[in-house]
Amino acid sequence: MTKVQTSFEESVARIQDGATLIVGGFGLCGIPEKAIQALAEKGTKNLTVVSNNCGVNDWGLGLLLENKQINKMVASYVGENKIFEEQYLNGELEVELVPQGTLAERIRAGGAGIPGFYTPTGVGTPIAEGKEHKVIGGRQCILEEAIQGDAALVKAWKGDAYGNLIYRKTARNFNPLAAAAGKFTIAEVEELVDVGELDPDFIHTPSLYVQHLLVGTSYEKRIERKTVQQA
Amino acid sequence: MSSQRENIIQRAVKEVEDGTIVNLGIGMPTMIANYIPADKDIFLHSENGLLGIGPYPEEEDVDADLINAGKETVTVKQGGSFFDNAESFAMIRGGHIDLAILGGMEVSGQGDLANWMIPGKMVKGMGGAMDIVQGAKKVVIIMTHTNKEGESKIRTECALPLTGEKVVSRLITDMAVFDFTPSGMVLKEVLNGADVKTVEQYTEASFTIDEALIDREGKQ
Repeated sequence: MTKVQTSFEESVARIQDGATLIVGGFGLCGIPEKAIQALAEKGTKNLTVVSNNCGVNDWGLGLLLENKQINKMVASYVGENKIFEEQYLNGELEVELVPQGTLAERIRAGGAGIPGFYTPTGVGTPIAEGKEHKVIGGRQCILEEAIQGDAALVKAWKGDAYGNLIYRKTARNFNPLAAAAGKFTIAEVEELVDVGELDPDFIHTPSLYVQHLLVGTSYEKRIERKTVQQA
Repeated sequence: MSSQRENIIQRAVKEVEDGTIVNLGIGMPTMIANYIPADKDIFLHSENGLLGIGPYPEEEDVDADLINAGKETVTVKQGGSFFDNAESFAMIRGGHIDLAILGGMEVSGQGDLANWMIPGKMVKGMGGAMDIVQGAKKVVIIMTHTNKEGESKIRTECALPLTGEKVVSRLITDMAVFDFTPSGMVLKEVLNGADVKTVEQYTEASFTIDEALIDREGKQ
């Protein structure tokens, strides 16, 4: 039951206009750069995109913004992108800002079949407005609802034909959460290995979360802030 | 770096105790890492999914897959670990982080914190700050005592939208150290040549003065 596909173009064609799309990555680290590029070329419209950040002007999710493919963005931090600012200020783009831990947990809950959860995060702030409040264990909490995606785009380091994935270093970030919360998950990997080569003890995303698996080539892996030791 | 910021960092690094798990916010708090004495066994937590941030890499070791929450390239210290974002915030909300040091825009006399948005300006987002202030065992805020106009950033009530209510344990500025207790804000230390009178002049929120500080100041 191989999930290996050869065309990013055909895989992203499964994503409909108006879909909710969960995308892995933190800043530009661990983003599914090949699938995003294919989606930008395809031009799928009216997307709701759930991702911690929204890329930069000319890379990552910024490419979808530039094409005006995103109607609504759900993110925790969007400070790196000028096009985002423009589209938000002139009303073209709807934005829902979610605290990072709440965003991660809402996606996790979506993949885990938990409709919602209570958290103290955001109590007393604009985030809590209009949300159900409840005191649990003496602590004021708010109700946050799970997020599921019609599709998810994730990037892993290695994968096998069944769709088992392992990630590398901090490029893991939101990827395993997105993989589980997408009804149709497209995973791209740097290296496709033989089934049996990945040690079952060290698989981060078990195969059943992945529907399509593609191998990307010549990853750019752009760095937002290169910092090195002072000589 | 201005001497004001340098002074704040020098004082803040004293909050970092041996054998603890510490989360440093983006900006000035990140710089504290450079001042932690090498003999202290500290694990720095980065909310994007790293426990055990090491120093910045040498040029040849730069790795796009290894960054901190400020999206800077870093290294991982021996004994460090990687995990996903849900796990990272489970650590935070679950009370497994001993100390968080974050920057602030305003702090109120009740320990409310505002550090994520200025109405009328483009809102960039709160990142992980709202989760961290609710989850860390101790929240230390570092900021300059006054804004560019010389007005107090320590307010009776925060004017800016909050990041969290009654979440600050300790506030360190270029002039003073305050603790937040059930009975209100307490001045614990005066710093860098300031005296109690100057601190009172530049602090809008009301506070009491710690007994030990009264004794010390009285002797001068």
